[in-house]
Amino acid sequence: MNKPLRRIAIFCGILVLALLIRDNWLQYVRADELTSHKYNRRVEIERYAHERGDIIVDGKAITGSVETEDSDFRYKRVWKNGPLWAPVTGYSSQAFDSSQLENLEDGILTGNDDQLFFDRTLSMFTGEKKRGGNIVTTLNGDAQKAAFKGLGEKKGAVVALDPKSGAILALASTPSYDPSVFAGNSLKDSDNRQKLLKDEDKPMLNRALRETYPPGSTFKVVTAAAALENGLYDDIDAKTDSPLPWTLPQSTTPLKNEGNIPCENATLREALRVSCNTVFGKMSDDLGNKKMIEQTDRFGFNKEVFTPVRADASIYPEDNRPQNAMAGIGQASNRTTPLQMAMVASAIANDGKLMQPYMVAERQAPNLDPVYTHEPEELSRALSGENAQKIQQMMETVVKDGTGTNARIPGVTVGGKTGTAQHGLNNSEKPYAWFISYAKTDDGSPVAVAVVVEDGNANRDDISGGGLAAPIARDVMKAVIDSKK
Amino acid sequence: MSVVTNTTTIGAIDAPSRRNTELALVVFAVAISVFAYANVGLALNGELPSGMLGYGAGLALLGGVGHLVVRRFAKYADPLLLPLATLLNGLGLALIWRLDQSERFQALDTFVPAASKQLLFSAIGVGMLVAVLVVLKDHRILQRYTYISMVVALFLLILPMFFPAVNGAKIWIRIPGVGTLQPGEFAKIIITVFFSGYLMVKRDALALASRRFMGLYLPRGRDLGPILAIWAMSILILVFETDLGTSLLFFGMFVVMLYVATERTSWIIFGLLMSAVGAVSVATFEPHVQQRVTAWLDPFAGWNKVAASEQMAKSLMAFGSGGTLGTGLGQGNSDLIGFAANSDFILATVGEELGLAGMMAVLLVYGLIVERGVRTALAARDPFGKLLAIGLSGSFAIQVFVVAGGVMGLIPLTGMTMPFLAAGGSSVLANWALIAILIRISDTARRPAPAPSPSTDAEMTQVVRP
Repeated sequence: MNKPLRRIAIFCGILVLALLIRDNWLQYVRADELTSHKYNRRVEIERYAHERGDIIVDGKAITGSVETEDSDFRYKRVWKNGPLWAPVTGYSSQAFDSSQLENLEDGILTGNDDQLFFDRTLSMFTGEKKRGGNIVTTLNGDAQKAAFKGLGEKKGAVVALDPKSGAILALASTPSYDPSVFAGNSLKDSDNRQKLLKDEDKPMLNRALRETYPPGSTFKVVTAAAALENGLYDDIDAKTDSPLPWTLPQSTTPLKNEGNIPCENATLREALRVSCNTVFGKMSDDLGNKKMIEQTDRFGFNKEVFTPVRADASIYPEDNRPQNAMAGIGQASNRTTPLQMAMVASAIANDGKLMQPYMVAERQAPNLDPVYTHEPEELSRALSGENAQKIQQMMETVVKDGTGTNARIPGVTVGGKTGTAQHGLNNSEKPYAWFISYAKTDDGSPVAVAVVVEDGNANRDDISGGGLAAPIARDVMKAVIDSKK
Repeated sequence: MSVVTNTTTIGAIDAPSRRNTELALVVFAVAISVFAYANVGLALNGELPSGMLGYGAGLALLGGVGHLVVRRFAKYADPLLLPLATLLNGLGLALIWRLDQSERFQALDTFVPAASKQLLFSAIGVGMLVAVLVVLKDHRILQRYTYISMVVALFLLILPMFFPAVNGAKIWIRIPGVGTLQPGEFAKIIITVFFSGYLMVKRDALALASRRFMGLYLPRGRDLGPILAIWAMSILILVFETDLGTSLLFFGMFVVMLYVATERTSWIIFGLLMSAVGAVSVATFEPHVQQRVTAWLDPFAGWNKVAASEQMAKSLMAFGSGGTLGTGLGQGNSDLIGFAANSDFILATVGEELGLAGMMAVLLVYGLIVERGVRTALAARDPFGKLLAIGLSGSFAIQVFVVAGGVMGLIPLTGMTMPFLAAGGSSVLANWALIAILIRISDTARRPAPAPSPSTDAEMTQVVRP
């Protein structure tokens, strides 16, 4: 019986060999694929096994990590003053993914980014606990607080930029939300998130970057820039060719001004001061759709902006003559984000140079060594320095004795433009109150701001932009200037 | 003790008993297990586990008792079987204790710590070993019980039918006060005894008195009939109890023993054909089996849809996440597999926490047990012993292959326990009994032949007449 026994022995050997080969196939050849498989919960467990790095404003962390007890995800993200910073940081939830900076800078924050390779290797030898790196933002805590305080219970958004560098100083959107309430993965987190998603006021919508509004009269600044750049007018104090009443091209509808203001052949400075619809509507028509698009392109319209958080594209579309004329006063198919209007204000304040807006100043390794530092870069040349200064004069007049007097700051030169954007079918809905402005001190301009308030007062066109939005802009600018002292 | 040529288990006249080697290996096996236990405690709580002393002493006691009994009652037994079984049992205890510490399991309502129960059953298992070695002085005694074993095996197989199904399989019986038992585990050994006894008697008839049919030699009905009937009955019972792993095991064991007994290759072909027919027919009417096959073909395709697929995928991910060296005991997440992580899927914990290296070591330990078993069969001097040894070690090999191959996705999962490693009282008891019988056969096989007694006729027979 020994011959078959030997064969059975070989057979058993083959069985064991097959297991060994299969094991090598699984644990050696396919190990990486299985380890990082999308269904492999270990990836998530590892991700939350150590503290996430922080997002930093003014040298202080605005985020944190707390240890949780209720799941195998050990650390949970928390925000200090979540609603204030949610428009900047976004959320990071164990169950519901992440957004904005928390999402884009996830590699640094978790410590898994390739930029941290050296650091990781080093701490492997020193036996240090793994920790994520930090993101240092450009934001100004005082300006952000001023923006939120100004917006209060109202729906709206504020964006403040440093015109010289493009650094984002404030990024507010109201109503806001606290990302901490759904950072975990419990049933309660899920309920909280559902509640936020169902909220009619859309608290999770980042109005500063992801909502486009009709810009209203603030767009007249862009139209004026196009007129100066294309040589339609040179002197801001010379009379323009602007009849009153003026009828929209190819139609019998007269374009109206708000109230009885001196708009007939008004100078550019005067037209902007009182916000003449007729002057700027005709100007846009005189320039034509193509030139208007060219100018808006140079201000950054018609494409998405990455701060690095993506902002929706503001648009100035190809359109027919009457629509193009209306677009010149910001009341047609052109729509902009608050960020875009802040970019317009900052390009003018920066003598025509438009800087790339950004909010990540530095990425730090867990040991606080910088692994990346942002260098300001020019996005485009929006208009010549000379023309920019002309528009600055016009905008400063608006604040000095025009519609924007609410934005005055003692001892500081402020330029601005109000706007009240009609919207809805037959302008039935409450208009948006706009204000864009910049402040100037002895060493240049430290801040440009755009403010939009959704439930503006419908009484009078420019006064409401000036009345509702301008004080917010003033407080934000003041906060920035005060914090520089 | 002049010439030591111990390259074979067939003892020379003055072959050493190798008991001291066995003792050293048992000490080694206990040490490894205690280190594993300490490792889990250090990894999970940063301190040596409080039960470590008790665990170490308990395991040392079990190994020690086993060794002493072998030394006293089976002096010439194979020195590897006991240490290998002790190692697997000890390692299994450490792994089960490690899974007991899982917070995920502790959060479940159904959680019951299994380690202490397993330790108790290991003790009873070693008691079983002692009992077998003390009572069974010679394995040939078992021949007397050929037909009784048949009845007992069938009884054990039928028994669970009268108890409610647990997790879809009717393989359990519940004894109040004792808990649940899986009689199939014992039936495996007892039916091997029956096959060995029957085949030993009928092997010549089966091999020689056969008719040629389509190129195959088929034995006469009266020789093969009874065994075929018993075998078919057990398979049918197991299929109705949806214990597919065990029916596969019975089938494989039957073919192996028949092949060894008759030395006819045609049995292998015949067996393979029959198993193919059986597998296909079971798969067509059992949705349970179809699920397992789908899960085997593409485990990730059924994610969030089929529980079997998900479990399979989780098992594969546990293996993959372990990688070459593993995460270290206590530092993996093999408990994510959830249900059956400490029984059918305990190898996934080995794979994740001990890595490819640990898995290969464990598989080789199993391979060594099988190899020692087959070697015992080769060395056995009587056909009954040969058949019994090859039947037991063959079934052990098939069980290891089916379970390990199942959790690693090599073959569809059928649901059996990994001998010694997995939590489960009946399994530990039965496997210790299996090892005990192998030890007994190897003792008889390696025992030096008694010196030829001087024969009074010697002179006469040496006379050669011209």
